[in-house]
Amino acid sequence: MFAYILRRTLYAIPILIGVNLITFVLFFVVNTPDDMARMHLGMKRVTPEAITQWKVEHGYDKPLLINDAATGLDKLTDTVFFEKSVRLFVFDFGSSDDGRSIGEDIRQRMWPSLAIALPVFLVGLLVTITVALMIVFLHATYIDLLAVVTLVVLMSISGLFYIIGGQFLFGKVLHLVPVSGYDGGFNAIKFVILPVLIGVVSGIGSGGRWYRTIFLEEMGKDYVRTARAKGIGERIVLFRHVLKNAMIPILTGVVVVIPTLFMGSLIMESFFAVPGLGSYTIDAIHAQDFAVVRAMVFLGSMLYVLGLLLTDLSYTFVDPRVRLS
Amino acid sequence: MMLPVILWTDQLVFVLVAIVTLLAFYARNRPHLRAPWRAVLERPMGAVTLLVLGVYVAIALLDSLHFRLPVKPAPDAPNQETHYSVDVQSVLDLVLTPIRAHDEKTYSAPFATRLFVQESTVDADGNERRVYPRLQYGGAHLDDESARWSDIGRRTGEGMLYAGAIWVVAVLLLLLVLARRWARGPGEIFSDMSSGRLRHPWRSVLVTLFLLLAVIAMLAELAPYYHVFGTDKVGQDVLFQALKSIRTALLIGTLTTLIMLPFAILMGIMAGYLRGIVDDLIQYLYTTLNSIPGVLLIASAILLLQVYIDGHPEMFDTDAARADLRLLFLCMILGVTNWTGLCRLLRGETLKLSSLSYVEAAVAFGVRPARIMLRHLLPNVMHIVLISVVLDFSGLVLAEAVLSYVGVGVDPNMYSWGNMINSARLEMAREPMVWWSLAAAFVLMFALVLAANLFSDVVRDVFDPRRGKG
Repeated sequence: MFAYILRRTLYAIPILIGVNLITFVLFFVVNTPDDMARMHLGMKRVTPEAITQWKVEHGYDKPLLINDAATGLDKLTDTVFFEKSVRLFVFDFGSSDDGRSIGEDIRQRMWPSLAIALPVFLVGLLVTITVALMIVFLHATYIDLLAVVTLVVLMSISGLFYIIGGQFLFGKVLHLVPVSGYDGGFNAIKFVILPVLIGVVSGIGSGGRWYRTIFLEEMGKDYVRTARAKGIGERIVLFRHVLKNAMIPILTGVVVVIPTLFMGSLIMESFFAVPGLGSYTIDAIHAQDFAVVRAMVFLGSMLYVLGLLLTDLSYTFVDPRVRLS
Repeated sequence: MMLPVILWTDQLVFVLVAIVTLLAFYARNRPHLRAPWRAVLERPMGAVTLLVLGVYVAIALLDSLHFRLPVKPAPDAPNQETHYSVDVQSVLDLVLTPIRAHDEKTYSAPFATRLFVQESTVDADGNERRVYPRLQYGGAHLDDESARWSDIGRRTGEGMLYAGAIWVVAVLLLLLVLARRWARGPGEIFSDMSSGRLRHPWRSVLVTLFLLLAVIAMLAELAPYYHVFGTDKVGQDVLFQALKSIRTALLIGTLTTLIMLPFAILMGIMAGYLRGIVDDLIQYLYTTLNSIPGVLLIASAILLLQVYIDGHPEMFDTDAARADLRLLFLCMILGVTNWTGLCRLLRGETLKLSSLSYVEAAVAFGVRPARIMLRHLLPNVMHIVLISVVLDFSGLVLAEAVLSYVGVGVDPNMYSWGNMINSARLEMAREPMVWWSLAAAFVLMFALVLAANLFSDVVRDVFDPRRGKG
């Protein structure tokens, strides 16, 4: 089992290198530092001196891959690739275009993101699985049909509508919570409730359907028939047998997103003006701050790969077949 | 004469239409391909949603035939060379001319006769007053504004009447055609239809047809005289914007798939059948691409494209061409982020299939691998391709709105529901609120996505052999 875990861990390394190369090509080869400088300084009437100065200020003035001017190991390390891309592996994100340290920003901003993303994830999981279990319990009744239709309708509504509608209803009409904003400590609660509620509700449609399919697939298996044949009540079959066995497919979809919770939700945070990583990313996109976008791409990929690893690990706990083979 | 313009996406639309037509002809005389589609049409849900989707597709196709009108030459111009307007129009624009040309000054509510904001005017006595001025087009035919609602009611009634008339004619024609084909009396067929004794769900289809006709006829009656969904900040009719956005949404939903499909199929089948190093490489490729957060990859790519477009203004003779390139590129990059799921499914299915005895038999006969993949594996995974294409569609339509909101979607000047929602977001803060742009975008998007979701459910039920025939 140890070898298995080690193998999976080692497998993550080439993936991260791949991601790093892709971002490098996207940000420095397809779109050269000269283009970036020109865009930031305005397209028209840019002098070559201004471009050079901008590049020196932001550290893009070195050769991309190989520095012929340097000697020895510096040939490889004194380059844009090494300075900007390889450093990401040790979490050195550099500084954004307005001179702030990206790493510092990320450390500060991940907590508000987590304050919203984590409850949305946990409550959402609980609610959708409960809904799906209830629908499966009432399988082949009119309530089942009605519930499935409701789920399809729910998932056909744009996520933006849930947010705008929710802000309007709870924030503007009922005045229950502030429309947007954020505050530290316990004051955060009143700002967090509405985004969490909206996040959970907007996920019920697709999530409920997804889990219903999983449970129904499990229900058709032989062990369920055997359990029923032994005279076990439907409720116990469902909660003790089906739920336990459905954990494997559920885990595949669930564990992988846990690390990415840190990244927060782009749309939600920007609508609610939460100073998290999601709104950080959006601001960077709007300001065309490539350094931040690049850092977030790498961070996001790293967290996703971590999620894959966790998924593999969780299999070994849930499914003995993996552990023993 | 007008100058036909074929944008990049138009070409792909034509290609798509050609492919669908060819496939339909190919399947026509092959019962095993026809049977599942018949089954889809035999379900009320399948037939009804297909009808609704058909209306959307028809609008999008009308909107894909582009041209530029000639500019009237100045009377004293010596040369006879015609110049064309830089404004690219489509057939849909022509159809909607009565709505398109009715621009007001600024916001006005649905069915309003006056502007939404006050303006100062000087009345006959020379006093300055703040009033809500009358609209230039909305309800301008009314002398007495209090007659507005009765006028709207009358026009709605007329619309229903027209819709009813068209519907009756259509049903009669249908009955006559079916009567000839089946050699039965039309009355008999009608009673079978209305009691649902026929194979196809005619009753549901005809009811839906009537509802659709009613909506279209009412809009056709009302829209030239009123702004049914109001007007936006610059006074443009919101209904017009919402209708123009249909093409964008459908393009993103279909072209993305069209672009990524060859890669996904090729790589999926190759990985599953050839295994070994090929499998490892392809798996590595899709895991790597998958691990980059989709929105960020799209954002980076679109930012880079924007740099390119800004740097090469000489490549585009019209704004439409520029917006079109961005749309095409968005479809491509969405394709890059979306093909991994299908590829993984295909790989799994191919793995399963290639251990079956018919494939082993083919290998034993000495059939070459390329041929095995093409003739023996590809046809047997096509149902997965089809299901995932239909399933992805609604997700892509919804994604467009989100991406446009983030600012990395279609060109900001292009008509799209995402852009409508994005620009309407700030209007929500106005007091009283301007809600109609949002409402129009959400309603049309909801109808499309719901129809697509329900349709994909039917398709999945019919095509997925694992789900059984029950």
